[in-house]
Amino acid sequence: MKDESIVLSVRDIKKKIKNKWIIKGISFDVRAGEVFGFLGPNGSGKTTTIRMLVDLIKPTEGQIFICGIPVGNKPDEALQYVGCIVENPELYPYLSGWENLEHFARMLKNVTKQRIHEVVEIVGLNQRIHDKVRTYSLGMRQRLGIAQALLGKPKLLILDEPTNGLDPQGIKEMRVFIRSLAQEGLSVFVSSHLLSEIQLMCDRVAIISHGNVTAVGHVADLMRPAETIVEWRLSPFEEGMAILKASGYVTSFEELPIGEGSSNRIVRCKMPEDQIPIKNAELVRSKVRVNAITVKNPTLEELFLRLTDGETID
Amino acid sequence: MISLYPLIQNETIKLLKKRRFLVILVIVVVLVSVFTYAQTRIAENTRKQLGTTDWRITTQNQIADNTNKLSNIRIPDEAKRAIKVEITRLQYALDKNINPQTPSGVTFTRDFFGNAIGLFLPLLVVILAIDLVSAEHSTGTIKILLTRPVRRWKVLMSKLITLLLFTSLIILMTTLICYAISGLAFGYSGWSMPVITGFQVTGDQLITANAHVIEQWRYLFMEISLCWFSCFVVGCISLMVSVLVRSTAAGMGIMLAALISGVILVNMVASWDSAKYFFMVNLQTNTFLSAALPSAGSPPVPGLTLPFSLSVLAAWALISLVISFSVFTKRDILN
Repeated sequence: MKDESIVLSVRDIKKKIKNKWIIKGISFDVRAGEVFGFLGPNGSGKTTTIRMLVDLIKPTEGQIFICGIPVGNKPDEALQYVGCIVENPELYPYLSGWENLEHFARMLKNVTKQRIHEVVEIVGLNQRIHDKVRTYSLGMRQRLGIAQALLGKPKLLILDEPTNGLDPQGIKEMRVFIRSLAQEGLSVFVSSHLLSEIQLMCDRVAIISHGNVTAVGHVADLMRPAETIVEWRLSPFEEGMAILKASGYVTSFEELPIGEGSSNRIVRCKMPEDQIPIKNAELVRSKVRVNAITVKNPTLEELFLRLTDGETID
Repeated sequence: MISLYPLIQNETIKLLKKRRFLVILVIVVVLVSVFTYAQTRIAENTRKQLGTTDWRITTQNQIADNTNKLSNIRIPDEAKRAIKVEITRLQYALDKNINPQTPSGVTFTRDFFGNAIGLFLPLLVVILAIDLVSAEHSTGTIKILLTRPVRRWKVLMSKLITLLLFTSLIILMTTLICYAISGLAFGYSGWSMPVITGFQVTGDQLITANAHVIEQWRYLFMEISLCWFSCFVVGCISLMVSVLVRSTAAGMGIMLAALISGVILVNMVASWDSAKYFFMVNLQTNTFLSAALPSAGSPPVPGLTLPFSLSVLAAWALISLVISFSVFTKRDILN
């Protein structure tokens, strides 16, 4: 239809539930082979939007195209290009992993036994695939969910909070896995309420708040703040503070409560990143001991504050 | 386009793996065994009391008993009407020299279906049908099921067809279990035993003009077909409840209440005319075959005829299906 490289196109969708606008007009495109993040706090409309993408909910207004096919009119055609996990990876607990995959394979065209073996291999569930899903850990269910989503060789994979409830090792594996899928040309749409998650996984991101998309762009661009937040652990504290304050580059001083009373008090300030070594040298020259310098990434909250000009994210 | 066949295969696998069907079979086996035993005790008792095995004497005694009851002024008129009908039926059997109670596996099966059609068999169907859709909601699998490239109506249609298959299977298995177990006690004969049918109840009269004798297997076949239809209708209504109510327990409660209220309401329809449009009052369609009255002693209901009952049931099934399909295909999945 249109641009070949656009796998998912969301055009100004709105959703009204019980006379309340939950989604107030969202638009974005997901391109082939990219990991697209969908970032927003809980309750911002992430899951509602995802449900509209896969035809679980009908948008009140607007249209969604998957590979150029409108989801609203031809859900059965559009959805053959999609694999998804909405919220938790829920499968039939009384069937084995294999039986679950067979079940969903029957709902697709041309999925062979060979293909089921392949996806089991991809997610690394060979050992336990014939056990009942009831006995699986959350991480294994997550992997089985992904195996299910991959069955039909989709062009778009939609994952809702894929790292929720996983242990740190599992989260790391998931990240590597998602990146490897994208390298094979699959587009992956990942939602999360954790900025660090999105930063580590995604190429581009849309940020959603109160049912609106507040920003869409490359992760690096959005995350790069004008000024870096730097924490200095200094002693003697007052002397060091004075030196930092003397510089015109450094703004917004805030002493962190943890350091109080001890000799290692911490000040948090904003400054351009290239000023850090210069200030450090100055401090050392004045015999102030610099015990630690920490560059702080902006938190989701801070990012929101910046993008929404101070609107809070309750 | 995905055809319906693999979807039905899916639903069948899920239904069997949930072990519901196994539970139902066990229930039927236990219940039939208990009833068979009870039946043998009853037969023994009657023999002891009357000191005879001659069915003509037993029947004559029954007629005499019932005639005595008629002179009792404390028995309400409606019950008397029922008793009169029963007397006519017994007398007719006597005249035609057909034992109405010859014990055999086939007779037992016939009686079992006659008693099970109003509550027991529909209940078994409810057990199967009530979580067909609601369980997908409670396990969350509805979110995968409906995001697969299959139209929603096909998903529900596959569930309906599977339900239909299993309803038939329940009826078939119940017949086989009844015959097999009761046959141990009463013998496996009786297929060609003559049975009287075609009575008509008009007011307090039992019209015997159309009454005729058929072989028992024909009778059983007709009775089982009527049972199947009643169960199918209950299945459709349960499916609707399963679509509308997401909690399986709540759905079960609703269907139980409806079915049990039907058993109670049947006795009241004579006074409350419009109650005859409830589906649960019309489930016992087999009573039109035997003219044995629904739940002993209850009066015949004016206007409640076989075509009427079948039409009411069909209308309920149709409306349930229309509601099920239109809600299921349009509803937003929010949970």
